[in-house]
Amino acid sequence: MAVSTTPEPIDTTVPAERQSATGRTETVPTQKRGVGARIPWGSYGVRVLAIVGALVLWYVLSATGFNFVVSFENVPDPIVVGKQLLVLLHSGEFYTHIAVSLRRILISFTIAAVLGILVGILMGRSRIFADIMMPYIETLRPIPAVAWIPLAILMFPTEESSIIYITALGAFFPVVLSTLHGVQQTPEVYVRAAKSLGAGRAAILRHVVLPGALPSIMSGLAIGMGVAWFSLLAGEIISGQYGIGYFTWNAYSLVEYENIVIGMLTIGGLGTLSTWLVKQASKPALRWQESNQ
Amino acid sequence: MTSDSTGASTMTENTTEIIPPMGKTGVNHFKPETGHIAIDGVSVDFGHGALAVSGASLDIQPGEFICLLGPSGCGKSTLMNTVAGFVQPISGAVRMDGEPIKAPGLDRGMVFQQHSLFPWKTVLDNVAFGPLMAGQPREKARSTARAFLEMVGLSTYAKRFPSVLSGGMKQRVGIARALANYPKVLLMDEPFGALDAQTRLVMQENLLQIWSEFGITVIFVTHDIDEAVFLADRVVVMSASPGRLIADIKVDLERPRSMAMATSPSFVRTKQQCLDLISAESKRAFEMQRAVG
Ligand SMILES: Nc1ncnc2c1ncn2[C@@H]1O[C@H](COP(=O)(O)OP(=O)(O)OP(=O)(O)O)[C@@H](O)[C@H]1O
Ligand SMILES: [Mg+2]
Repeated sequence: MAVSTTPEPIDTTVPAERQSATGRTETVPTQKRGVGARIPWGSYGVRVLAIVGALVLWYVLSATGFNFVVSFENVPDPIVVGKQLLVLLHSGEFYTHIAVSLRRILISFTIAAVLGILVGILMGRSRIFADIMMPYIETLRPIPAVAWIPLAILMFPTEESSIIYITALGAFFPVVLSTLHGVQQTPEVYVRAAKSLGAGRAAILRHVVLPGALPSIMSGLAIGMGVAWFSLLAGEIISGQYGIGYFTWNAYSLVEYENIVIGMLTIGGLGTLSTWLVKQASKPALRWQESNQ
Repeated sequence: MTSDSTGASTMTENTTEIIPPMGKTGVNHFKPETGHIAIDGVSVDFGHGALAVSGASLDIQPGEFICLLGPSGCGKSTLMNTVAGFVQPISGAVRMDGEPIKAPGLDRGMVFQQHSLFPWKTVLDNVAFGPLMAGQPREKARSTARAFLEMVGLSTYAKRFPSVLSGGMKQRVGIARALANYPKVLLMDEPFGALDAQTRLVMQENLLQIWSEFGITVIFVTHDIDEAVFLADRVVVMSASPGRLIADIKVDLERPRSMAMATSPSFVRTKQQCLDLISAESKRAFEMQRAVG
């Protein structure tokens, strides 16, 4: 599994001011675009169709036992998987796996978010601190979550804590780097404006640097949430009992192909859902960006 | 050591008046004896060969309107930034009311060329920022801000974010924000440079109106000769690199100024005087560049 924790390049520049050529008109375009309106319903339709298309293709490939370069001979078709899913949904254990994983994600993500934002801000505000932290971040960041498993087991007292460590570490890097990036991008003119209005260092941090960095921090959190999920999967190899990652691994050793597929899709679904939740949660704080168009 | 409490309490008492002058009051909020700026042999060096400002001396009386005129890159912003406290001279000194200027402060309001409104704050909270930093409680700061928004005619936009405003409206909010702390000096760095000609004229008249009611010292940077002559009591002309003050031209036009004066002999004469100086200066700079290159 290729694990990349590199955050996507994030565009945090405040969108260029739209200078109306004739500034004399006082009428201003004020059409309120809801957030949902960014993705028109037609677009949702296309997305649903894409998923349906994938299911159909999957069915055809498995049912015909497609075997050219990639083999679908042993891949269960979507109907078999769907039936097995119904069975699992009626068993309590499947929910336990999900609940345990969700709990780990919640704890790890919270740790990663708090530490990542804090360290990112400190690095952005203090040259020395940034110089101290940067070598650690640069060398630890490329290490995939799976590679941490042996050390994590040795270092941490319980299985649970080593899983949370691995998960949180993965989520930490995108958060810290995005926060740092956002803090460093603060336009000088805002800082000067604040100073000339009597703001001190603390007020500048609170009223200028942080709100300016917020879009970047928020997208770091969204990326961090995604990374948390695939780090979790690696971490749960350690677990001897529960977790959706453990469920998937276990299915592999027991050669339960349907369960493997279900495990994978569950992780994908939960990952998407939680990333979406993070984005939704950040919307109110970024309302000021919406009217830029 | 005896503590003197009477001296400190007078500072807070003069903030009880929260209504800015509105044209009807005819009240000057400032005693004309404050807001005296003494620029004394100021040189600024950014460390690339020529000085950015070289031996500039200028005495600005309280309540005076000064325009700083000069070709692009001659050091106008730099000189103004020494008054603002953003740039420290390598020699010479800038004093306000006898006190050397060391850092930016709320006694000197700034309006920038680029829009510098905080995009994440509403129009109202942008204007309320100064009073808030000056120690007013949030609600009081907001009511001060409302009065100032009223003054620039933008009350209806109080709850909107700056991104919905036109260029001219943004600068009006910028002026309101800079004045909301009742500074002694207003520093304006090409505030209308990005506006179209019509809006510019309206803004100039508004500014003169506000200035006459506030009785505040204004330093206004521009490279538009008409603008300088129309606004200023004195036009100070700056030479190209190294930036020196080469002329100090008194504008003999009565107040209040009106656009009709733009054709008066006195206006035309002053304008011609500036034009001659500037074109001689530009020619000299051009020759100098050619000699170097
Ligand atoms: N922070 C800085 N660091 C280094 N050099 C600077 C800095 N600010 C300005 N300069 C240089 O100082 C000189 C004067 O710049 P300044 O911005 O004061 O000119 P200006 O008259 O305001 O020009 P414009 O009309 O284009 O705004 C220029 O050569 C510029 O490159
Ligand atoms: Mg400038």
